[in-house]
Amino acid sequence: MIVELLRASTSFVDSEPVVSVLDAIAAVLLLLAAFLTLAAAVGLIRFPDALSRLHAATKPQILGVILVVLALALSVRSWTVLLLLIPVVVFQLLTAPISAHMVGRAGYRTGDYEPETLTADELAPDVAAAGRSDLPGGGFGDEPDSAKGQQGGS
Amino acid sequence: MIDVVLYLAGGMLAAAALLLLYRVVVGPSLVDRIIASDVLLTTLIIVVGAEMAINEHTRTISLMVVLAVIGIFGSVSVARFVQRAPSTSASGGEAEL
Repeated sequence: MIVELLRASTSFVDSEPVVSVLDAIAAVLLLLAAFLTLAAAVGLIRFPDALSRLHAATKPQILGVILVVLALALSVRSWTVLLLLIPVVVFQLLTAPISAHMVGRAGYRTGDYEPETLTADELAPDVAAAGRSDLPGGGFGDEPDSAKGQQGGS
Repeated sequence: MIDVVLYLAGGMLAAAALLLLYRVVVGPSLVDRIIASDVLLTTLIIVVGAEMAINEHTRTISLMVVLAVIGIFGSVSVARFVQRAPSTSASGGEAEL
């Protein structure tokens, strides 16, 4: 059935008013994606430390790409293009959390954050318990493990 | 109408790319540069897709797919080997970037 559909027409729709509406929706989606990217760039400039900047950076990586892929699908209206666009979104969904996780780990290990901006640091007791004095996070707040961490880390 | 979209979206994306380039150059830390270059790559994907949607062609769609697939390697491989800066590092021994 899908093959017959593909043979019948490579385009979703042909009627003129629907086409103009789809183009308008695509234009709005493009502007949203561009605004999201600009907002992330402003966030990277204005936020104080690396982990805060990571928070701003991960927004256009998923939503911006999804918006632009939707805009492209609505603008071109071709099934073959849609088949090529789905892997773009799927690979972004798979890889963006991995890269954000790795960069966040590197930011924590290099101490590239301001401890007073954190509301919770759930890794600090584990770091202290492991006796890794070369990593940051020991002695955060009034946690019961901090004394053990100073003992083990010396 | 499509001209307005071209100039508005193009202007916002160009401004975003310039701000991200500033962050890559200025830093101050290596993690900041990794994050900014990662977002710069995402901006490139969005620019390629927006250009195709505005000009209504599909010639560079393979570029989008390839960028989305290999975009992870740069940031992950650099982030894996980031160590603390030499000035704040108490114990050496490992390779420091």
